[in-house]
Amino acid sequence: MWRFVGLRTLQAIPVILTVITVTFFLVRAAPGGPFSSEKAVSDQVRAALEAQYRLDLPAYQQYFSYMADLFQGDFGPSFNFPSRSVNELIFQGFPVTLELGLYAMLIAVLIGIVAGVFASLKPNTLQDYMPMSLAMIGICMPSFLLGPVLVLVFGIWLDWLPVSGWGNSAGDKLLPSITLGAMYAAYIARLSRSGMLEVLSQDYLRTARAKGLPEYIVILKHALRGGLLPVVAYLGPAFAGLLSGSFVVETVFQIPGLGRFYVQAAFNRDYTMILGTTVFLATLIVVFNLLSDILSAWLNPRLRYQFRK
Amino acid sequence: MSLLQVTNLSVYFHTRNGTLKAVDGVSFEVEPGKTFAIIGESGSGKTVACYSMLGLVPMPPGKIESGSVLFEDRDLLTLSEAELRKIRGKGISIIFQDPMTSLNPFLKIGDQLIEPLRLHFAISKKEAWQKGIEILEEVGIKNAAQRMHSWPFEFSGGMRQRVVIAMALVTEPKIIIADEPTTALDVTVQAQILKLLKELQVKRNIGVIFISHDLSVVADIADKMAVMQEGRFVEQGTRDAIFNNPQHDYTRKLLAAVPNSEKSAQENKAEQNLVEVEDLKIHFPSNKGEAPIKAVDDVSLHIKPNEILGLVGESGSGKSTLGRAIIRLLKLTAGKVSFDGQDISRLSAGEMKPLRRQMQIIFQDPYASLNPRMTVYNTLAEPLLLHKIVTKKELDNGVCSLMDSVGLARESILRYPHEFSGGQRQRIAIGRAIATKPAFIIADEPVSSLDVTIQAQILDLLLELVERFDLTMLFISHDLGVVRYLADRILVMKDGKLVESGSVHQVFSSPQEAYTQALLNAIPGKSLFTTESKGF
Repeated sequence: MWRFVGLRTLQAIPVILTVITVTFFLVRAAPGGPFSSEKAVSDQVRAALEAQYRLDLPAYQQYFSYMADLFQGDFGPSFNFPSRSVNELIFQGFPVTLELGLYAMLIAVLIGIVAGVFASLKPNTLQDYMPMSLAMIGICMPSFLLGPVLVLVFGIWLDWLPVSGWGNSAGDKLLPSITLGAMYAAYIARLSRSGMLEVLSQDYLRTARAKGLPEYIVILKHALRGGLLPVVAYLGPAFAGLLSGSFVVETVFQIPGLGRFYVQAAFNRDYTMILGTTVFLATLIVVFNLLSDILSAWLNPRLRYQFRK
Repeated sequence: MSLLQVTNLSVYFHTRNGTLKAVDGVSFEVEPGKTFAIIGESGSGKTVACYSMLGLVPMPPGKIESGSVLFEDRDLLTLSEAELRKIRGKGISIIFQDPMTSLNPFLKIGDQLIEPLRLHFAISKKEAWQKGIEILEEVGIKNAAQRMHSWPFEFSGGMRQRVVIAMALVTEPKIIIADEPTTALDVTVQAQILKLLKELQVKRNIGVIFISHDLSVVADIADKMAVMQEGRFVEQGTRDAIFNNPQHDYTRKLLAAVPNSEKSAQENKAEQNLVEVEDLKIHFPSNKGEAPIKAVDDVSLHIKPNEILGLVGESGSGKSTLGRAIIRLLKLTAGKVSFDGQDISRLSAGEMKPLRRQMQIIFQDPYASLNPRMTVYNTLAEPLLLHKIVTKKELDNGVCSLMDSVGLARESILRYPHEFSGGQRQRIAIGRAIATKPAFIIADEPVSSLDVTIQAQILDLLLELVERFDLTMLFISHDLGVVRYLADRILVMKDGKLVESGSVHQVFSSPQEAYTQALLNAIPGKSLFTTESKGF
């Protein structure tokens, strides 16, 4: 087991290094720079600024000095917020994004699995078509459309929930979490439906019924574990996707999370901030993929057995 | 008094394409300590008849049209689902066909084993676990206390079937429905499982309904039996009455189809061998640090022209690997293979190509080995064109004469594989194999997935083709009866090695090796072979 984890961690290193390198040179290839703004800056000031941030050095030297800092866990100073480091900004924004992501995940898993399993029990009937059509809509609906629609209905017309904010008034976390989780709920619903359908036709479920087990035990104890394996494998990538893809929802609902910093940084050519967040999110994605691989392995006794060897 | 009394049971399936009378007015009784066997070919309704009594047939589309099933003074057909659940697994248990798929791969053996106990009786987990260990020991699983913690995949097929039997027995049911319980097992394992079932049944006075397509197995274990065809019992009576004095035509046809004769020996005078194999080794790499798997280990053999060589062995003995290696579908680890005097063991793929048309293979599963998106015409035309057997102009005639050779109607030439039955599909596969006018054919379990009457037709077709086209054949099978019927000579394989060879008569009448003797002893239906002299 530890061998597997160690091996996968080693595999992650070149992935993250590639991400850093490509991002580093891509942002520099984009036109403009951190200090080109509408306000005219004198050449002297600009030169001083560039020297301070080592932007006057050749690109490869910048790259190596950045990498050296990175290995010490230092993402460098932000170009846009001169008094603050990228580390500070990430750790200010990330808890908010993490909380939003967790709620969205909870909603996605609960709704997705219940809907998917429910649909799989009576395939090709209304009980199947209803949730699955909803899921299809959920997958197709972008969050920049779903968010405003939810705000319009529940925030303005019905006036049940606040229209924006995060932690300022009661219930303001609900709409963003639903908006973010909806697509993932839909996807999980489809995955659990197809996984369950496959398991439900297996011979060992007939065995379970022949023992005289009531249907709910047949489903919960005998079918669910195998049927939800594909969902478990998807949880890692899904959670990583939730965290790195939350900027739209954060923008729509005015949430001070990491995603908003990320988007701002891209507009402002805040090189270190873009790189910092990219590296941070890439690492998260790799970690969550690893976690979900471990979890699926643990759920599948055959794989678990191989690890023990 | 009988345990179970089934009267006039009818189960129909109402589908869009009309009504299928899966079970049509069936009546029988099951007595304690006795075995009632239902024999029939696939689709005859034997499984539906038994499962419908316990409400295990999906309804709709199934519907019980009439009948009664009396068990412990109650009619099972009138019980509610909740009442039926109390009988399932407690009063009546089922042993399923395929032990590889009928255990839940995600739950430990022990948990699955004690599940019916905990469900039907007020018993603590500890007591149930103890009882589970006892029953595992009873069905012959060693280290039962430890094995309770094992996963299904850690058991072999035979061991899994023992677990399934233990699971059916653990609640001490009155009746067991055994649905082809040994069909998926090797012949020696089958013999063990049948013996075990019989012992337990007598010891506990259980009534058994034994569903099978295999007359030889039924001949060994049934007390009474019924022959089922298209939903009806065409004949019913004691085993001896049915085997010795069959009344219905269908029963006679079934009995006649069992390959129980021996091919008359003919001396093969050919001097040169068509195929020669010397010290062949096929090793597969295994996990790091472990020795490689020796699938074929130092095997030497020869096949003369026009000879049918039977290769028998249990699953995992390496017989298929050997077959594939001979026609170079696998990489040889060591050794030499010659074909028609030419050493082919080191030839490149390009150099093999002209030889490919000389050697063909027929696989076991005609469902999987035919391309589902190609019509019969295309399937048969492909090798004809590829090897330039015929010109484009002659193609239609070539395909048609192939269809004639393997006994397929010309009208079906544009159909797809799914429109054919299993036997017809195997005919297509055989047609494809003989299309290139090969000298040598490997038939890898070509009749194992077929019903007995179809099996007989295909075997006769193979014999006829060998005769007509001067074919040489390596016939791979686990079924000794079939090999005895077809082959001139037999090789017995075990754990990658050849353990015995000789003419069919030699091997069957005086086997030299202990393993061959064990294999022969395990063949079910000895009573069938002896009744042969009584005239059918």
